Amino acid sequence: MSLDLPLIWAAIIATAVLLYVLLDGFDLGIGILFPFAASPAERDTMMDSIAPVWDGNETWLVLGGGGLFAAFPFAYSALMPALYLPVILMLLALILRGVAFEFRHHGRARGKAFWTGAFAGGSLVATLAQGLVLGGFIQGVTLKGRDFAGGPFDWLTPYTLLVAVGLVAGYVLLGATYLIWRTSGDLQVRARRWAWIAAAATAGLLAIVSVATLLVHPRIAERWGFVDGAFDLSALFPLLPIPLVGLVGLAVVVLGIRRAHHATSLGGAYLVFLSGYIGLAIGFFPYIVPYGMDFRAAANADNALGLMLVGVGILLPAVLGYTVWVYWLFRGKVGGDAGYH
Amino acid sequence: MELDALILSRLQFAFTIAFHIIFPSFTIGLASYLAVLEGLWLVTRNEAFKALYLFWVKVFAISFGMGVVSGVVLSYQLGTNWSVFSQVASPVIGPLLAFEVLTAFFLEASFLGVMLFGWKKVGPRLHFAATTLVAIGTLISAFWILSANSWMQHPTGFETLPDGTLRAADWWKVIFSPTFPERFAHMVLAAYLTTALVVGAASAWRILKRGADEAPCLGLRMAIGMFAIAAPLQLVVGDLSGKEVMRVQPAKLAAIEAFWETRTEQPFHIAAWPDRATEGNRFEISVPKLGSLITAGSAAAEVKGLKAFAPQDRPPVFIVFWSFRVMVGLGLLMIALGAWGGWLMWRTRGPEYSRPFLWAAVAMGPAGFVAVIAGWIVAEVGRQPYVIYGVLRTADAVSPVGPGQVSASLLAFMIIYAVVFSVGALYILRLIGEGPETPPEDADEPPGNPLAAGTKGVRA
Ligand code: HDD
Ligand code: HEM
Ligand code: HEM
Repeated sequence: MSLDLPLIWAAIIATAVLLYVLLDGFDLGIGILFPFAASPAERDTMMDSIAPVWDGNETWLVLGGGGLFAAFPFAYSALMPALYLPVILMLLALILRGVAFEFRHHGRARGKAFWTGAFAGGSLVATLAQGLVLGGFIQGVTLKGRDFAGGPFDWLTPYTLLVAVGLVAGYVLLGATYLIWRTSGDLQVRARRWAWIAAAATAGLLAIVSVATLLVHPRIAERWGFVDGAFDLSALFPLLPIPLVGLVGLAVVVLGIRRAHHATSLGGAYLVFLSGYIGLAIGFFPYIVPYGMDFRAAANADNALGLMLVGVGILLPAVLGYTVWVYWLFRGKVGGDAGYH
Repeated sequence: MELDALILSRLQFAFTIAFHIIFPSFTIGLASYLAVLEGLWLVTRNEAFKALYLFWVKVFAISFGMGVVSGVVLSYQLGTNWSVFSQVASPVIGPLLAFEVLTAFFLEASFLGVMLFGWKKVGPRLHFAATTLVAIGTLISAFWILSANSWMQHPTGFETLPDGTLRAADWWKVIFSPTFPERFAHMVLAAYLTTALVVGAASAWRILKRGADEAPCLGLRMAIGMFAIAAPLQLVVGDLSGKEVMRVQPAKLAAIEAFWETRTEQPFHIAAWPDRATEGNRFEISVPKLGSLITAGSAAAEVKGLKAFAPQDRPPVFIVFWSFRVMVGLGLLMIALGAWGGWLMWRTRGPEYSRPFLWAAVAMGPAGFVAVIAGWIVAEVGRQPYVIYGVLRTADAVSPVGPGQVSASLLAFMIIYAVVFSVGALYILRLIGEGPETPPEDADEPPGNPLAAGTKGVRA
């Protein structure tokens, strides 16, 4: 039996990146919401709700990057130099917000205020940088052979800026809905208001980004049956379930916010993200470096992919298992007494 | 020298990785130490062990966080700055780094949450299991990354295809390349020593300032035990490492010892000023014949000098020579500290009553970090001009990015790291200054972070 290893690995990496977005998305979103909290105690509760899990969430980013290095080295070695500045910006921002989890508690008055700012600012900048990376990726990378051959600011266009803002709205939605699930009382009331605003912003920006993508990128437009200003229904039709899932997700978010029902609105937000993610992936598949290198051309040697597949087959279920266990362990409401000190 | 993207990328990589390794060398040792403390507490129910655990776990949380964020930077830098290296090396060491994420990083990160915040949610045994898993995770991480690095130092088990790309031929030989066992043992011992030195210094400081309470005395004795065992072992393992270097990287050995001529009866240079321009040492203080004896085992053995290699194949000498002497010098001081402490424990009332010893222990607190960085400089700069020894030159491994971008990123890293490092160091030193508390009445307060108490009463 011969497995299509590059295809399997493309699916694995795509899943790792999706899991990263879904998991770290809410804790970056909570960081962005930090300045809007009513009191330091509320901020403490917000941070407390993610403190035990943020490191595990960020590890999916390491798997995404490390996995790309290991499974698609030519994509990794073309994309990273192409997106050099936004990637470095993201790393720097992640440093500042990552150390803030501990530093905030050890800082005295001024120190604490500084690290509160660093957590909020770092989360925002990291999200914007991820949006720029995503936008820069979708709009395509200039290649010569298998190497990057463009300029240092190729990634900076109105389109990528739009994607970056859209991602901020999306992460805030994840953060706010996560807070609805994990908090109670005044903070939950506030989180519901944030979620309303973020849901509206996300829906609007997702629509604008979708239209912009169709207008700016003829290849993607073609995939969706949008040619010469008109939709070809036979191409569009099979893909309609994707935006539909997004709409269902929005409805669930709305329902969840109104009832303040545990994790319902977070689940809805996840559906929205899933729809957006698959929608984009459909647009550029099979490219892994749009629009010059497909995932087969970027793949590593078969024996490396094979060895890693065995490893993933054994290890990934274990990783998922204990990740779920940790979430289960910390599933309760974060107490309103968090700020007792 | 012109500042091109190559030299800037090298500076950036050296800077960011030297910053990163500070934290693993401490967290690997500290995680194991915490597991031991918690285990001892479970068995003996001696509250001093618990006090030590609750104290060091706070320091651990800060250091671990800094280790994580600085590590993420490295894994992306292989692509941003060393894209050609990534293409060439990935078919062979790609799986090793992927396995590191899957076997180590997830384990550490997930159970760290339980270790720091799960105190009230899981029973003591499960909590101990979480601590142990974090400790095991750090060791697995060291295993894979050193496996990758050892392969880069001395590549085996691969073939070169007609189009120039590499391909693994024998995974066993890739993962367990010949220099790996010594390197792994050397690094783990280095981490344990680094931690023991910090624990010893903090305990000694505490005793000097506030008297010989039970917890710091216990900490001091445990640290002395570690010096006494690990420091001499480190000398033995380091010597084995040196023998491997002589076998597989003779140019590095020549740089370590500042040998220029190939000859028998090489002298041992205690100090020297090696100069690449004149291909000799501007001055040297030497012991005749000893060089051949310690590197090759016999004064009559012939040992290669740097002139046996073409000038473009020679590593920098000055920095390798001196870094090696710093590492070994500190290693010898660690052995001495262990012997002194052991003698005090064995023949006197105890080390806590000897002020000179306590001050020496305080002074040696940072020695582990310095030796680790010096050791890595020996290994990595001594490998130059290659990044994959004999296969890929560093100059050919760099990304197609311009010097403008790299200087901007290097500057940003220096600023942010300076802030993060000084604040982190301040908070850790402040904690150490406060020292371990005697546990309060409800001694199962969650450790680490006062906020953890926020999850109080949500056991369900
Ligand atoms: C000898 C051990 C050692 C060495 C040589 C390195 N690391 Fe490291 N690394 C660790 C030992 C470690 C650790 C013990 O596992 C860390 C440090 C402290 C920590 O928090 O985990 C870690 C954290 C860490 C993380 C974050 C993991 C997470 O998300 O939890 C990444 C991505 C890397 N490292 C990557 C690297 C790369 C790419 C290296 C070399 C080029 C490297 N490390 C050298
Ligand atoms: C953590 C301990 C390590 C330290 C302190 C360290 C230090 C250094 C230093 C100082 C250099 C610069 C040498 C020079 O340019 O003259 C270097 C080069 C390099 N090292 Fe390491 N290294 C470590 C581990 C590793 C590991 C584990 C890997 C990969 C798996 C690695 C990959 C590289 C690469 C790709 C270079 C080439 C870039 C360059 O020359 O600067 N290093 N390292
Ligand atoms: C006591 C005598 C010691 C000797 C003879 C010794 C010897 C060596 C040698 C020959 C290398 C180079 C290996 C290579 O490039 O392949 C090395 C590297 C290194 N040393 Fe030491 N060492 C000693 C003490 C120490 C101490 C006390 C520490 C830290 C606490 C330390 C930490 C390191 C590290 C981190 C490296 C780089 C990793 C590696 O290549 O193994 N060493 N040592």
